[in-house]
Amino acid sequence: MWDYTDKVMEHFHNPRNQGTIKEKQQGEEIVTGEVGSIACGDALKLHLKIDEDTQTIRDATFQTFGCASAIASSSALTELLKGKKVEEALKVTNKEIAQSLGGLPEEKMHCSVMGQEALEAAIYNYKGIPLDTHEEDEGNLICRCFGVSDTKIKRIIRENDLTTAEQVTNYVKAGGGCSSCLPDIDDLIEEVTTEQKQIEVQQEKSVEVATAIATAKQDSTTQPKRTLTNLQKITLIQRVIDTEIRPVLAEDGGDMELFDIEGDVVKVILKGACSGCASSTETLKLAIEATLQERVLPTLTVVSV
Amino acid sequence: MTDTIYLDNNATTKIDEAVVAAMLPYFTTYYGNPSSMHTFGGQIGKVVRQARSQVAELLGAEESEIVFTSCGTEGDNAAILAALKAQPKKKHIITTEVEHPAILNLCRRLERDGYTVTYLSVNDKGQLDFDELEAALTGNTAVVSVMYANNETGVIFPIEQIGQVVKEYGALFHVDAVQAVGKIPLDMKTSTIDLLTISGHKIHAPKGIGALYVRKGVRFRPLLIGGHQERGRRGGTENVAGIVALGKAAELAQQHLADVSSEARLRDKLEQGILSAIPNTAVNGDRNNRLPNTSNIGFKFIEGEAILLSLDQFGICASSGSACSSGSLEPSHVLRALGLPYSILHGSIRFSLSRYTTEAEIERVLEVLPGIIDRLRELSPFNSDDADWLKEQESLVVSR
Repeated sequence: MWDYTDKVMEHFHNPRNQGTIKEKQQGEEIVTGEVGSIACGDALKLHLKIDEDTQTIRDATFQTFGCASAIASSSALTELLKGKKVEEALKVTNKEIAQSLGGLPEEKMHCSVMGQEALEAAIYNYKGIPLDTHEEDEGNLICRCFGVSDTKIKRIIRENDLTTAEQVTNYVKAGGGCSSCLPDIDDLIEEVTTEQKQIEVQQEKSVEVATAIATAKQDSTTQPKRTLTNLQKITLIQRVIDTEIRPVLAEDGGDMELFDIEGDVVKVILKGACSGCASSTETLKLAIEATLQERVLPTLTVVSV
Repeated sequence: MTDTIYLDNNATTKIDEAVVAAMLPYFTTYYGNPSSMHTFGGQIGKVVRQARSQVAELLGAEESEIVFTSCGTEGDNAAILAALKAQPKKKHIITTEVEHPAILNLCRRLERDGYTVTYLSVNDKGQLDFDELEAALTGNTAVVSVMYANNETGVIFPIEQIGQVVKEYGALFHVDAVQAVGKIPLDMKTSTIDLLTISGHKIHAPKGIGALYVRKGVRFRPLLIGGHQERGRRGGTENVAGIVALGKAAELAQQHLADVSSEARLRDKLEQGILSAIPNTAVNGDRNNRLPNTSNIGFKFIEGEAILLSLDQFGICASSGSACSSGSLEPSHVLRALGLPYSILHGSIRFSLSRYTTEAEIERVLEVLPGIIDRLRELSPFNSDDADWLKEQESLVVSR
């Protein structure tokens, strides 16, 4: 018998937010994320009601086919999501779902992964990102029994600091059928470990870059507050990028390009060493944003595309 | 704590109080070693002989044909390995896809050691195909191992018909009767079986004791090599209390064979009650050739572990072939061998009764089960006939 926490059993016996969402007000959208299948033995349909204006999740409900921990994970997930901004929700990991239940038995961690995937699927649906460009189809199929790609396995290894193939099986089922892909999973673990060491080096670098940008900013004189025409704004953004940001990035082998400007949203393309990993991208994006806000308009936001 | 309603007797059974009473003195007062030359030990030898005769009686065998073992797994291992050692030139084994892991995993190991193994398939009712068996048999076949009745579905194989075909090819015939003994009358005198495994804890004796029937004349090589115990067929000081218990349990099982139909009546009541009260339910396996105590029911669209844990709240014990409850990631190999659709496979529950099961217990299950199934189906995305998704999934299964 599984060693479930009281919290898992409590959510299993008294699930929150089960069912579908039928009613919505003007300015709200209902989206669904589906993962799993009846063949796999677990499946989850997650329904979200999103306030379009504030980008906030107003309601979250679930329908789950699966064991007690699958039902409890779904129930706990809906509680985590209510009231969160869409962008915040996208950052919820399977680890958080499991933690909110006081932990899950190792062999049942895949239930929390299913929750995270349904969440991602729902938000992708909301954003209109086609699911077929999702990681499942991008990567190479590693586990044929459960249809798990290398992209997904690597993400789970990263997010949960997994070190053995057995853990990977517990989290995403890969390797749990005929077990012929276990050596491949070992290779992926090795790959991620090496990759993560590189990321640490890169992160140190990107912190240096951000500091350099901040320093450069202090050196130049602050522009006085004023009303800009669209053309002036675009020209100024382009100038700040070219004269203040790109030279600093170039010192570390990076570069960026102004892609488009929509209102106050500045869309940029990060290139070279900058595009290396998610966390350094985020650091850089914030640094660029801070510079542009300071030098051009305080309302500007930067999106990396 | 609610009273336990134990419907998991194919997993293990309650020890009969008469069995406990019979075995207890052999822990305390009569602790001697039956091999000893003194009266204190020697008197124990007599008790062991008596137990052997009780077990032989239940199987319709001779005392000399009974070897005490520690469990069903040991019996199965000892039988197959003995059959192979006795015929060193033959390198082929035949068994079925639905055997217990004690046979299946041993066979897989033997494949690595150079043996060829044929795993006979079953149809959607869990029945074997005789043509497949005949086609597989050759003069090179050392042993055919087929279970008498399946632990999960209760489906009974036509053992004597199989045995006759096996004998034509000169192979040894082993039968795992762990689930069948005490529920089906056995008579080795008129049987084609050469080796037969039984286990104590399935017939109200304790865990840790079993027996292997070895037909007189079958060459036998021991699995455990040691002293002269069991006439050299199994080394190791006898588990005297266990042996006494198995003897007593065998005697009681023999008596209860007569009223096994009352277990069948309660089983049928449970099954009919479930099928009529709960839609989208199906009985797994051949309903006409089943153990009288077993019912394996598939509840569509929901998952077995969730059903079990819900039943557990009411003190009701059953088991499931679902992946989640087994700890492996695949559902039961037996139900998969039947080729059941995944919508049923994951939601299959086995109820197995015993002579202690009461009418009131069955009624209680019928009272609470519909609510449990309803609740879980309400939670499931597959609960209605929003069948397009479902059909798509099922067709994926077939192509897998």
